[in-house]
Amino acid sequence: MSEMNRREALQNLLAIPAGLAMAPGALERAAAHAHDALEPPHETPAQGGSEQGAGAQSAAARPYSPKHFTTDEWRLVRLLVNYVIPRDARSGSATDAGVPEFMDFMLGENAGMRTWMKNGLGWMNAECRARFGKGFVSSNDVQRREVLDAIAFPKKSAAELKAGADFFSNFRNLTASGFFSSRVGIADLGYIGNRPVTTWQGTPPEVMRKLGL
Amino acid sequence: MPQTSSGAQAPTVYDVAIVGSGAGGGMAAHQLTKAGAKVVLLEAGGYWDNQSAQYSAMLKMPYDSPRRGASTPDRPFGEWDACIGGWQIPGEPYTKAEGTKFDWWRGRMLGGRTNHWGRISLRFGPDDFRRKSLDGLGDDWPISYDDVKPYYDEVDTLIGIFGSRENLPNDPDGIFHDAPAPRYYEHLVKRTADRMSITCIPARLSIITKPLNGRAPCHYCGQCNRGCTTNSNFSSGNVLVMPALRTGRLTLLTDAMVREVMTGADGRATGVAYIDKKTGEDREVRAKIVVLAASALESSRIMMNSKSSHHPQGLGNASGVLGKYITDTTGTDVAGFIPSLVDVPRHNADGVGGGHVFMPWWLDNKTLDFPRGYHIEVWGGLGMPSYGFMGGIQSYPEGGGYGAGLKQQYRKYWGATVGFSGRGEMIPNDKSFAELDPQVKDRFGIPVLKFHWEWADHELKQVKHMQETFRAIVAEMGGEVWSPMPTREQGYGIANGGAIIHELGGARMGQRERDSAVNKHCQAWDCDNLFVADGAPFVSQADKNPTWTILALSMRTSAFITQQRKAGVL
Repeated sequence: MSEMNRREALQNLLAIPAGLAMAPGALERAAAHAHDALEPPHETPAQGGSEQGAGAQSAAARPYSPKHFTTDEWRLVRLLVNYVIPRDARSGSATDAGVPEFMDFMLGENAGMRTWMKNGLGWMNAECRARFGKGFVSSNDVQRREVLDAIAFPKKSAAELKAGADFFSNFRNLTASGFFSSRVGIADLGYIGNRPVTTWQGTPPEVMRKLGL
Repeated sequence: MPQTSSGAQAPTVYDVAIVGSGAGGGMAAHQLTKAGAKVVLLEAGGYWDNQSAQYSAMLKMPYDSPRRGASTPDRPFGEWDACIGGWQIPGEPYTKAEGTKFDWWRGRMLGGRTNHWGRISLRFGPDDFRRKSLDGLGDDWPISYDDVKPYYDEVDTLIGIFGSRENLPNDPDGIFHDAPAPRYYEHLVKRTADRMSITCIPARLSIITKPLNGRAPCHYCGQCNRGCTTNSNFSSGNVLVMPALRTGRLTLLTDAMVREVMTGADGRATGVAYIDKKTGEDREVRAKIVVLAASALESSRIMMNSKSSHHPQGLGNASGVLGKYITDTTGTDVAGFIPSLVDVPRHNADGVGGGHVFMPWWLDNKTLDFPRGYHIEVWGGLGMPSYGFMGGIQSYPEGGGYGAGLKQQYRKYWGATVGFSGRGEMIPNDKSFAELDPQVKDRFGIPVLKFHWEWADHELKQVKHMQETFRAIVAEMGGEVWSPMPTREQGYGIANGGAIIHELGGARMGQRERDSAVNKHCQAWDCDNLFVADGAPFVSQADKNPTWTILALSMRTSAFITQQRKAGVL
């Protein structure tokens, strides 16, 4: 990458901490709410809203034991990443690409990110509980999508949901970071660089033609 | 293994002690050992060798690390960036006057920040050495382009650079290897710039495209910043220091944090005192000549801290000029979404580790409301997806989303963003300077720098022009900029001082001792065996990246030292 690309990349890297810095008190209040007495000891996945609903592979088969997520958070995060990037005809899902494990590693690197993640997942639960009387994992697919639809388009989301919309934008960024930097994601994108080339040929003629150049 | 010595060996008086192994120090070590001098080179950071997989992360894929290329505390530009250092280094603070926004980058490794930079290698032009004569602002250099030209030529042939012959009046051509053809989006930028009468030419980067001095040509993996294992680009450690070590006349001391230049009863330099960071012990090396090349501001700091009865204000500071006239390149960036580039057919668009085209300053400041120019760097493409990939997808037309539709957005929009970075000339001003903080010391007990920084109207208006220009180019490309035009209160988006990492000045050269620290040979006025061979002697910033001029001036100073040694003067 050029110097300026790296500066830009650096700005991208900073996007998440900056998002954290801007996270208003609402996110923390929601998270505190999520920890109140209404919280069941463990969330039980809803009947009709299993991980398959978001296109995931079986989570139970994985031996990975998260270091920075509780059991409940791990369930939620494994569901949520696959709502962001599900399996489709071209490639696997975010859990197929190891995105939750990547997130677990990054949380270990950055205390600010740990707080942000816990508050954000807490917000998701609190919002579901306010709407449906149960957390995100226990809600069904239709209910989860209702919440996601309300926060996934930040320009259109309601002012009182801003904390959740900000969290989700950054969570989406982090999911994309993990997915598209994985083997699965690199193959999906068709990235074919980072390899020695004897002679630089410039832009292939068919690309020039397609772009009208 | 590094040819380091512990410094505990029998006392030796070296011909020359050089502080810092970046562009300036590496060049001095190369030239002086070649001329037969016995040299000791002190580097505050650790050893590094691009050719060892122990150091270089070239050709690693993002999934080879659980961090996916994200930054670490000692690598702010990503875990695989070759350069160890940053704007904050534990135990090595600096302070700022109230209201000052300034960030000081330090490289801490063999080769310094030449491990990190974008290899943009621009000669200063004839006008850049005599701006005061042209517009009354800043100062003239005590030397002209013609004085430096032979050294630029020699740097070109020694290190290698690609570019194209353009015959532009203030952007002199060099001795170039062929430049690589543009990438897809660079063709579009070039065509757009031509329509707008903005000069857009092949980049000039210190990357070789044919064999040179035993180094293989570039293999276009795009990862210059990770440390090139074939040394096809320029980094001081592998291209200058390693050959100097092979002469057998260079002693390299790594992890050697220099405290001060020692002087004798006659006020002349006798060597340098340093802290061996591995043991924490105070040590010194003796030398007949000392060359400071620790970076513009670090060299200034060392000179300020080199106080003695002969030099109560520090070395080179009889006139109180030390730490003054410091500048950094001005900078601001704008990115645009270009709909015609959506769904770009996949191909290898990596190329060299930097832009293949750029825009040198193309306008006449006499017709504008700001006095100095800038150049434009262009970025975009289908670069390696890593941590931070397409952050901010909610800015694209769909406004965010999730699920299958979102996944498709990433695919179609990847490669459809083009960015422009303006890099302009700041004029030295009285409100921007560095001094020793009277209270604060670093973990070695060395007094630290305190920065004062203020942009003048000149810089703010220039950056406003950058913003307006980049937005106009994006519009001409049929694209859209999502960020709003920054306001005057936001400094028009100007980067903090120090953020572009082109700090210059602090021990500037001049015709007279009363307003300069060093003479036209970069020799301290008040200490004839002390030289400064980094960015500190610069009189002006120019709208060019400084490295090529640091190299040329260090080569010129080294030639002067060699001539003076031969003549028996030094």
